[in-house]
Amino acid sequence: MTIKQISELLEATIVCGEDRKEHKIEMAFASDLMSDVLTLSDNNVMLITGLSNMQALRTAEMAEIPAIIFARNKKISEEMKELAIENDIIVLECRFSVFKVSGMLFNNGISPVF
Amino acid sequence: MHFEYQIEGGNFTRAGFASSEIKKMMKQLNVDMGVIKRTVVSTYEAEVNVVAHAFSGTIYVDLDEEKIVIQLQDQGPGIPDIDQAMKEGFSTASSAVREMGFGAGMGLPNIKRNADDFQITSEVNKGTNVKITMFFNK
Repeated sequence: MTIKQISELLEATIVCGEDRKEHKIEMAFASDLMSDVLTLSDNNVMLITGLSNMQALRTAEMAEIPAIIFARNKKISEEMKELAIENDIIVLECRFSVFKVSGMLFNNGISPVF
Repeated sequence: MHFEYQIEGGNFTRAGFASSEIKKMMKQLNVDMGVIKRTVVSTYEAEVNVVAHAFSGTIYVDLDEEKIVIQLQDQGPGIPDIDQAMKEGFSTASSAVREMGFGAGMGLPNIKRNADDFQITSEVNKGTNVKITMFFNK
């Protein structure tokens, strides 16, 4: 699915990376535990999280995660936005829960990492 | 090439800054992306550990054509039992650290898994030294 398709499906707002709406995502991982995210060896995995802080973005940067969905209506700060832009990380904000986001993406063909 | 970065204990806003700089530098040098990822994930885990547990620390980075060596030396409580600390799931992290998305006792094992060579020494009430070595053509 493209970022555009994902944002439409989840009624999510693209906060960063509006210019990369055609970027394709095939796999996703849902976690609020960044230590778990850092163990992933796959690249091009979308992160679904409710943890809205600088470390979520830093973790994405280190783990080569191209896009993050902040679920549970979490908003990102200006500082986080700057870090996302600096590292070309696509950021979406969504009012749905992590469970609902995960289920909807799974039903639309996004694969789990394991 | 030699670089140094200071780490401030407890400052989670800045945690990851040094790892980010190392990543940018390695990308500029056209190091293999897989090696970069393993290097910065290891360094970031170690950097977060210093922020989470120590008062302060310094990262020393030495880089040549074959390898990058990253040493993190901190001033802090140290680790009484390194074997126990290396076990997945063991953690002494505070609730504040857990709220940041860390402190699940996975950092040190993950560094060991990613690094080509990993050394750790520690002295209680003094601090901990972590040395990560990554080879570019392995």
